[in-house]
Amino acid sequence: MSENSSAAKSALEGVRVLEFTNLVAGPFPSFLMGLLGAEIIKVESAAQLDAARRAPYSFDDPDNSPAFNGLNLNKLSVRLNLKQPQAVELALRLASLSDVVLENMRPGVMDRLGLGYDRLKELNPSIIMASVSTAGSVGPEASYPGYAPAFSALSGLAHLTGYSDGPPGELHASIDSRSGATAAFIILASLFHRRRTGEGQFIDFASREAITALGAEALMDYSINGHVQTRRGNRSQGLAPHGCYRCKGEDSWVSIAVDTEREWFHLCLAAGHAEWANDHRFSDAPHRYENHDALDELIGSWTWHHTASEVTELLQAAGVAASPSMSAADIAADPHLEQRGMWQDIEHPFMGNLKVQGPPWRLSATPPTIRTHGPLLGEHNRDVIVGLLGESELQLKEWVDEEVLN
Amino acid sequence: MPAPFDGISVLEFAGGIAGPYCARLLADLGARVIKIEPPGYGDPVRRIGPFPGDMPDQEASGLFLFLNTGKRSVTLDPSVPSGRDLFLKLASNADVLIEDHQPGELEQSGLDYGSLQESNPALVYISITPYGQDGPNASWKASHLNSFHASGEGFTLPGGQTYQSFPDRAPVTAGANLGDFDTAILASSATVAALYAREFLGAGQHIDISRQEATLGMNRLEQAQFLSQGREFNRSRSYEYGGIFPCRDGYVMLYPREDHQWRALAGIMGQPELGEDERFSARADRIRNGDALNSYVRPWAASLGKREIYDLVAPSGCPAAYYANAQDLMESPQLNAGDFFQTIDHPRTGPLTYPTVPYRVSGIPWTPPEPAPLLGQHNQEILCGDLGLTPEELPDLRRAGVI
Repeated sequence: MSENSSAAKSALEGVRVLEFTNLVAGPFPSFLMGLLGAEIIKVESAAQLDAARRAPYSFDDPDNSPAFNGLNLNKLSVRLNLKQPQAVELALRLASLSDVVLENMRPGVMDRLGLGYDRLKELNPSIIMASVSTAGSVGPEASYPGYAPAFSALSGLAHLTGYSDGPPGELHASIDSRSGATAAFIILASLFHRRRTGEGQFIDFASREAITALGAEALMDYSINGHVQTRRGNRSQGLAPHGCYRCKGEDSWVSIAVDTEREWFHLCLAAGHAEWANDHRFSDAPHRYENHDALDELIGSWTWHHTASEVTELLQAAGVAASPSMSAADIAADPHLEQRGMWQDIEHPFMGNLKVQGPPWRLSATPPTIRTHGPLLGEHNRDVIVGLLGESELQLKEWVDEEVLN
Repeated sequence: MPAPFDGISVLEFAGGIAGPYCARLLADLGARVIKIEPPGYGDPVRRIGPFPGDMPDQEASGLFLFLNTGKRSVTLDPSVPSGRDLFLKLASNADVLIEDHQPGELEQSGLDYGSLQESNPALVYISITPYGQDGPNASWKASHLNSFHASGEGFTLPGGQTYQSFPDRAPVTAGANLGDFDTAILASSATVAALYAREFLGAGQHIDISRQEATLGMNRLEQAQFLSQGREFNRSRSYEYGGIFPCRDGYVMLYPREDHQWRALAGIMGQPELGEDERFSARADRIRNGDALNSYVRPWAASLGKREIYDLVAPSGCPAAYYANAQDLMESPQLNAGDFFQTIDHPRTGPLTYPTVPYRVSGIPWTPPEPAPLLGQHNQEILCGDLGLTPEELPDLRRAGVI
């Protein structure tokens, strides 16, 4: 971890997290904690590879996955074959040296492995163990497996996303990140609590609940009125224009949202269509909302002749909210994000020089940092077994040969 | 038993969703949140529904009620001198301040981080904006629609199933103002980290979070694939096979990714021979013959209800889901098995069911929060109790429009 030249302290310096995680929801909370300076030890195994090391993220070598790298920056990887009692013993020793144990295995697996909270607490009374699962540990569906698009469906967000006359929207891994980010909050709250009280905790975290809570507006509407809300594309109740419009260029779009009469007037002028402002169909917000289809057609006939950037610049200069609908390529080339320091170059032993995405926030006194690449599978066996646990090189070799470390 | 943020005082100088939800997450765990609202007008969310009977009522917005449980409301206008003085006193007592003003706007009135930390160096100050505190687009105007489309995720929605029927239509924002919630969730973690660091730094700090970067932060997996592999997704992204299927009363998702999951699904569909069919035996085969596979699943799904399909398939381990609406969620046996839904009484609406927190923590017992405050409900408690004004001073402040 020598690439960090900054003299500033990290918020979570001295905090150690041991994780048994897979794909996104489990690795995400510790990823955020790693940015804030915690040391993260990821327990992995060749027998049960993290899905982010496999297709469709890597098609050949488990170390050839930019997706895995992006979610596991700053982490250490130790290979433990938990089917062997010796490996479980090592995991327990690591847990007793850790502040947080994080897992998103199927419910009950950690207990079966002998790594349940009760056992960990015996060894390390102030341990904070977080189990991130589909539905928490109780309830009739608690044992069902999780899968990100399934959460977006089961939580109601997919139902609220898409065109009103089309099928529900398809939200993917971002849904798992949202569970993970929520889990990070309760883990950090528990750490803060421990600093004040010395107490450890077991956190039973339900991803379905975490995502369901975000659709609160629709839930409250049902609770209050018995209304069942549905998706409405880019539209907003009562405001118009509020949409995404085709621009010049391939698959290029601009989003426009008008809130006030003044903004509407300035949009008409900026578009060079002062006559729209005098059209009785668009005389105020309720009229515009009622004639939203006609309005969209007119605006689209204007945006179509300009690039998304041109429309955005024109409207922003006129005080109207607009932005391109940005693709991953647009994001990567965006001067604003570039200037905000969103990207960092990092050397990866297998993939070479990589451009990686930075932290989602800035903290002035304890800046989040990207210090190391996402680990190769088992890259830190020696650091962990010899360096941290104090075992000999000979012992390390023996465990590798016996496939305890695999 | 104490809660993690007992004794932590939060000043919320923000409206809408992101700032207030961040503060609510802290209130859930014991923080004392003082919500500053514009006199008379209040948080703009008070004017967004859902309202009982769809009749606008600033004390009964369902979204406001959800976002502001357990808080105290003070009406205060810091743009007038006496209001500013009161605000500065509150800020000097606060551990955390959450604001969502335009970059630079609070500098003019001396309420920015630089000014406030002089009298309160321990203050953790969170600034939430659409595009961040600096950079060429920092002053851009944005509704949720715009910042979500600027995050990269809108461009990938609604997805392939929709695209097949509507290839000419625009990409869409996620529903439910999801990007605002992204911002709140991430801001809450940074806030706790800064409180944690404060114990050894002896000082607070300034946190800068943008809605664009928050949602972009939730899309690391996709962005990493573009940066290194040039893989780019737009709204035509779809499942290799399986995916969304219409059923009798809505839609379900079925995705037999692994071989054993396909065999299980074939058995449940009453066609076990499909599980042995060589067109579908390995994942690569299923990808190649996805249309054929879907043509077997589609009529089966169409004949059943969404809950029925879910209850049949999900226990087998094959990824399956039904597309839940608000009623389905409120009636879900799983979501009702724990404490997630709670009844909270409120003076205007009476008792209502609210979604609450997604965690149970062994040593931190959680109790349902107090209802959201009425506008200015705690003026006297805060201004007299906290700041030592006398009750006789309040009418003058009220008349002057300060509170």
